[in-house]
Amino acid sequence: MGVGNTTVLVLVVITALAFDFTNGFHDTGNAMATSIATKALDPRVAVALSGLLNLVGAFLSLAVAATIANGLVDTNVVTLQVVAAGLAGGIIWNLLTWLFGIPSSSSHALIGGVIGATIAAAGGSAVKWHGLISKVIIPAGLSPIIAALVATTGTWLLYRISRGLTQAARGHGFRIGQIGSACMVSLAHGTNDAQKTMGVITLALIANGTLHAGAQAPFWVILSCALAISLGTYVGGWRVIRTLGKGLVEIESPQGMAAESASAAVILLSSGVGYSLSTTHVATGSIIGTGLGKRGAEVRWNVAGRMATAWCFTRARRGLSSRESTLCPGST
Amino acid sequence: MSWINLTALWKIVVYGMIAGAGLPALFAVGLRALALPGGARVQTAGADSDQLVGGNVLGMIIAAICFLTILAALGWGIYEIYQLGHPAPVKK
Repeated sequence: MGVGNTTVLVLVVITALAFDFTNGFHDTGNAMATSIATKALDPRVAVALSGLLNLVGAFLSLAVAATIANGLVDTNVVTLQVVAAGLAGGIIWNLLTWLFGIPSSSSHALIGGVIGATIAAAGGSAVKWHGLISKVIIPAGLSPIIAALVATTGTWLLYRISRGLTQAARGHGFRIGQIGSACMVSLAHGTNDAQKTMGVITLALIANGTLHAGAQAPFWVILSCALAISLGTYVGGWRVIRTLGKGLVEIESPQGMAAESASAAVILLSSGVGYSLSTTHVATGSIIGTGLGKRGAEVRWNVAGRMATAWCFTRARRGLSSRESTLCPGST
Repeated sequence: MSWINLTALWKIVVYGMIAGAGLPALFAVGLRALALPGGARVQTAGADSDQLVGGNVLGMIIAAICFLTILAALGWGIYEIYQLGHPAPVKK
């Protein structure tokens, strides 16, 4: 291994950790938006708690990291430069969408980037299409729908069961419940999103020959990713919180609890089987679901439509721009 | 090889419903039981009160069972995810 490779490797690791940080930064909103919107939690407490639970979640499961490191691209042909190029655009996309307050998917940005860079460098045959479709694309498409379904059912049940309570008591009770459900979302976020960076760093280590193909993420990778995402979460992004918490549907605390429980359950279960999905899309699906589950509540479909458009473009654009950076001769 | 793992999908939908909608519903049952009015307690709660405890002993016991069941289910679920996510290392 030459000195050049070591330099690139160090750069990739630092870039990946920075990506992880922006991911936490970007996604605080998903976990805590509804709690903050319904005033179940003080924003400061919510953000600190979310950071801590992301840290714990990152250690909880390694299945998604294994999917990214070994299941998506042919590790024999992927080089460090490819991983570096894939990463580079992901951060920019994350920062741009954050700046405009669009809750787009940072995970799909990352995966799209790595896939795009791989295709540019080694051709389509280097991509494990089966793994990509069955473990990323199909779960990505279905998870928000499942989350919406669960949240609709949950919301309907919660209002039905709590009918006998006074309005104020119901609000009070479910605000307490929301603290628990929001914590589960943060935990779930760590099990899915922190894993993606672990997977990419592991992929870089495999590409460099430091690890053998099929290896699991080493402990220092797990620890540093966990720290990066929780730190990013703590520093927090308020813009997305506003869009998600207030823009889409008017939320009451039973709806908040139903949405969060649905998100947490879908993300945790998917992490368990190694599906890499967008926590952002799941959270949005759940929030739409709670709007559908409560009689008289309205979903602002135009806001939802704008989000959906941004999502569709995420992967395509990410693939393209990392393709450009791979093709650019100056980029190593 | 199939492109879609129906077994996993089915599990995510069913367990997702149980955990994502069932557990919050159980929480709602607990809240409802907790709020049952008790005979020993003077009824002071008005229509706009946010008081959660009604004072009915049986209600409180049911509520406690509900809340503990939720905690146990969460603990068990997290343990299962941990087990799934830490497979024995693959031999080279």
